[in-house]
Amino acid sequence: MTGGMSDLGALAGIFSQLSLLAFGGGNSILPEMQRQVVDVHHWMSARHFAALYALAQAAPGPNMLVVALIGWSVAGLLGALTATIALCAPSSLLTFVIAGMWHRVRGAPWRDRIQRGLVPVTVGLVMAGAALLVRTTTTDWRAALLTGCATWLFLRSRLHPLWVLAGAAVLGASGILG
Amino acid sequence: MTIPQDTAPAPIPDPGTLFRGFLYVGVCGFGGVLPWARRMIVEQKQWLNASEFNDLLAVCQFLPGPNVINVSVALGARFAGWRGAIAALAGLMAAPMAIILCLAVLYNRYGQVGIIRHMFTGLAAAASALVLATALRIAAPLRASIAGMIVAVVTFAAVALLGWPMLPVLVVMMPLSIGLAWFGRRAAQ
Repeated sequence: MTGGMSDLGALAGIFSQLSLLAFGGGNSILPEMQRQVVDVHHWMSARHFAALYALAQAAPGPNMLVVALIGWSVAGLLGALTATIALCAPSSLLTFVIAGMWHRVRGAPWRDRIQRGLVPVTVGLVMAGAALLVRTTTTDWRAALLTGCATWLFLRSRLHPLWVLAGAAVLGASGILG
Repeated sequence: MTIPQDTAPAPIPDPGTLFRGFLYVGVCGFGGVLPWARRMIVEQKQWLNASEFNDLLAVCQFLPGPNVINVSVALGARFAGWRGAIAALAGLMAAPMAIILCLAVLYNRYGQVGIIRHMFTGLAAAASALVLATALRIAAPLRASIAGMIVAVVTFAAVALLGWPMLPVLVVMMPLSIGLAWFGRRAAQ
């Protein structure tokens, strides 16, 4: 669990690259994040990764704060700061530069076309992130049923997502899920 | 920098005001921060009107990176240069960072206790469901486009089933997808 400079360097490298690849918002980099953290660097199990992701969903703030939790478990407080700054800095710098000329980008027809062209790739990536998480968290048929019901509630009901997350946590704590 | 003179009665926020405004957004934003950011910026502080916010959001969604983080940087930069950008971003991240690290400490200490471990089984299943729901929601408009569906399925298969790294997949799929959308539209006209 104790991380040296090499771990900090790896965290900075991974997340600064992911920062610039996160087209269509944060969720699109979820599969690559899991691949790097679990398969390439062996920092944690897929199960631990899913637990940290769940923890980040249950807390307020941008849901990409899972990177702070990953950094924390790899290299403590310094790791959390390194990972978070690495994820924010490159894309923020780009936004800072582009934002100065945003009124030129705003109405441009090519922007809309490129943005629409990117949607299918984003869909595939977010779907892949979901598949990897579901594969890990579906420990048996009861968890599968809960995932199915929760997905339905997120899509079809007007319930605030936080209530669904809280309900699932209570269900889990009750021991029904085994 | 354009300053919304006619539509926004609020004075131009300084870095301190931007920090406090986004600090509030960070604390409120459970399960998605963007709606809260919109509420603060458009309704409460009236720093932008609704259509200005939509324009800003469109650019921020186009750029890589979490959308709400881009919104904070772009808005901060617009009103108060690089100091404003840093102030808004720091305000947005400060409180959630502190809260989540406290949770991490608690999780490390009590995560293996029976009831907490069971709680996480449920919470993790629902968190996976949240990503699945997001994926299904953004996939819905693709039903109109066979090319789009194929691109999405190939991307999914490369990443989730074959476990390929993201960078080469993006290098191939992004130009392909943009090209298909570009010329597909032209062909349809």
